[in-house]
Amino acid sequence: MSFPEYQDDGFFTSGHVACAGCSEALALRVILNTIGSNAIAVVPPSCGAVICGMHPHSAMGIPVCQTTLESTAATASGVKRALNARGKEDTTVICLAGDGGTYDIGFQALSSAVERNEDLLYICFDNEGYMNTGGQKSSSTPLMAVTGSTPQGKSSRKKNMIEILAAHDIPYVATTSPSNINDMVAKVNKAKEIRGFKFISVLIPCIAGWGLSDDAGIRLARLAVESGVWPLYEIEDGHRYRLNHASKTATVAEYLKGQRRYRHVSPEQVEQMQANVDDDWNRLQQKLVTSEQPIRMQNL
Amino acid sequence: MTQPSNRMLLSGNHAVAWGARLARPDVIPVYPITPQTPILEKITDFQASGELDAELLTPESEHSAMSACISASLTGARVFTATSSQGLLLMHELLHWAAGASTPIVMFNVNRTVASPWGFWPDQTDSLAQRDTGWIQLYCESPQESIDTTILAYRIAESVSLPTMVNHEAFYVSHAMEPIEVPSQEAVDSFLPPYNPKHLLDPGKVESFGYVLDQNTHYQSRRNMDDAMQQVYAITEQANKEWKELTGRDYGIIEGYRMDDTKVVIVTMGSMCGTVKVAIDEMRDQGVSVGLLKVRLFRPFPYQQIRDALEDIPCIISMDRNFSPGLGGVLHQELKAALFGMQNTPKLHGLLTGVSGLNVTPEKIKEWVAAYSNAEPVVQSVWTE
Repeated sequence: MSFPEYQDDGFFTSGHVACAGCSEALALRVILNTIGSNAIAVVPPSCGAVICGMHPHSAMGIPVCQTTLESTAATASGVKRALNARGKEDTTVICLAGDGGTYDIGFQALSSAVERNEDLLYICFDNEGYMNTGGQKSSSTPLMAVTGSTPQGKSSRKKNMIEILAAHDIPYVATTSPSNINDMVAKVNKAKEIRGFKFISVLIPCIAGWGLSDDAGIRLARLAVESGVWPLYEIEDGHRYRLNHASKTATVAEYLKGQRRYRHVSPEQVEQMQANVDDDWNRLQQKLVTSEQPIRMQNL
Repeated sequence: MTQPSNRMLLSGNHAVAWGARLARPDVIPVYPITPQTPILEKITDFQASGELDAELLTPESEHSAMSACISASLTGARVFTATSSQGLLLMHELLHWAAGASTPIVMFNVNRTVASPWGFWPDQTDSLAQRDTGWIQLYCESPQESIDTTILAYRIAESVSLPTMVNHEAFYVSHAMEPIEVPSQEAVDSFLPPYNPKHLLDPGKVESFGYVLDQNTHYQSRRNMDDAMQQVYAITEQANKEWKELTGRDYGIIEGYRMDDTKVVIVTMGSMCGTVKVAIDEMRDQGVSVGLLKVRLFRPFPYQQIRDALEDIPCIISMDRNFSPGLGGVLHQELKAALFGMQNTPKLHGLLTGVSGLNVTPEKIKEWVAAYSNAEPVVQSVWTE
């Protein structure tokens, strides 16, 4: 295991109000410091907006434009176009949104901004539900997970946002995890150099929403990667796939253990979930094989 | 001395597009809707031919269009958009947001019936339903007024940092052609300096927008909006005065027509004003003394100006081309509030006229004046056929 390589220039400050043990704060620190000073952030209502802090304080060292829940991609488009009009094309406009604001209510605006290929970097902090409002299901909530609005476990599967965006022929879409900081840094750096729409989804195990112990966030994020529940991969121009981590070294059962939201699942259901993950993994392998320039199992 | 202008035959909507072009917006997020589309298409023509140097953004909805307007304005751009009816309703959440954000967006709205059921007819319910959102609202009766008011709106909006909505009605104004005096670019540039806000989103400034406020600060933000609204009257009068010096065309917050020596005044907004003027001329010829008070500025509502104008007028007839279920006519309601407590409160008849785009003819107006001039008013708005 290599030590994380990124320089902290203070673009995410102490005094932020993330919950104890929340790995979104870590991800924000890494991402904002990787982006640097020539940037403007767009933040919808989300855990990220809470973490920003309350007026007149801000945990962010760059200008932040908060917006309505469904408007992130449209708002960011407006910022970017105004910067273009002012001759500041080199400023990075970065969206920091949650999965509710991305998979659900903000999806229409997101799809349109991707279709227009706006020059934006969109980060989705995916904690698999509306955790900021106390933990209700979103379309990112996985099968069988208990939330405030799925007390018996969600009856449908998680929406596959990465493939949906790939189907837009988006220049760059990737997953990353707070358990793999170097992967995160590399992907943000890569995205920063690409013109057009870039989307990076970060899995954020939610301490309260998933029912985890305070120190379990990063461990769960790592198990998600290793079990293949959250494979680390990237897609360029909608068809060049690249796997960034040699996954499948842990089982789904190991991943589910310690999460209160899955406490009710039976051994048979765990088997079914393992089968789903295996199936998704095989489909990803096929895409790697048929990809134009497959670069497999590249560890970052 | 008035500046030279070009005379062109334009529809109301193309006049608006010319007004927007002359105001030199930096960013134009816009989504099509009948009967606004000629504005959009003319602007995209201007942009494609290089006559208009603006970032054009065509998102998937009016909601996203307004979102982009707000953030572009916060990033220091001059912004224009246009919509109508359902599109305006879809923007509703963001209309509040825009006003709270002190973004001087100028939006042209083509007044059209709201669904359900579907209709595409002139009716002001769409914009009047947005009266509590914090937008300045102006209403135009002719294509010439629409081009001029589009330009005036930037001056007003940017002076007080509030978004401004200019309205004209579907088809009667939006698609009616008339010879238009199109001001020269030099004249508009002299009237409208480049937008240069004090606060903006910029990597060099590290100022942010939209964080959660505590109760006291949020309360203060509402007080600030009210202070800005209260300045609109004087700023609009000043802008009108300078516009008159520049173009010779004279607009008021409210406008009286043949108000001399009259006991009956019709109060209305938008395209019906033109029809009322024709009816008044005919009635005057027949010895019936009637005047018109046209309300151009609807938000902030010109309470004091209306009281002053209607002092000593015994009978007022308001005409509303809108309908608020459970209330009646929105202008009627505002007039009741404006006239309340006057020493000699006029009798006020509130007529629902032309709702859903029904045609209002000079003959009908004459009938209403005859019927209501000496009648006792009822408190509620009255339906007319």
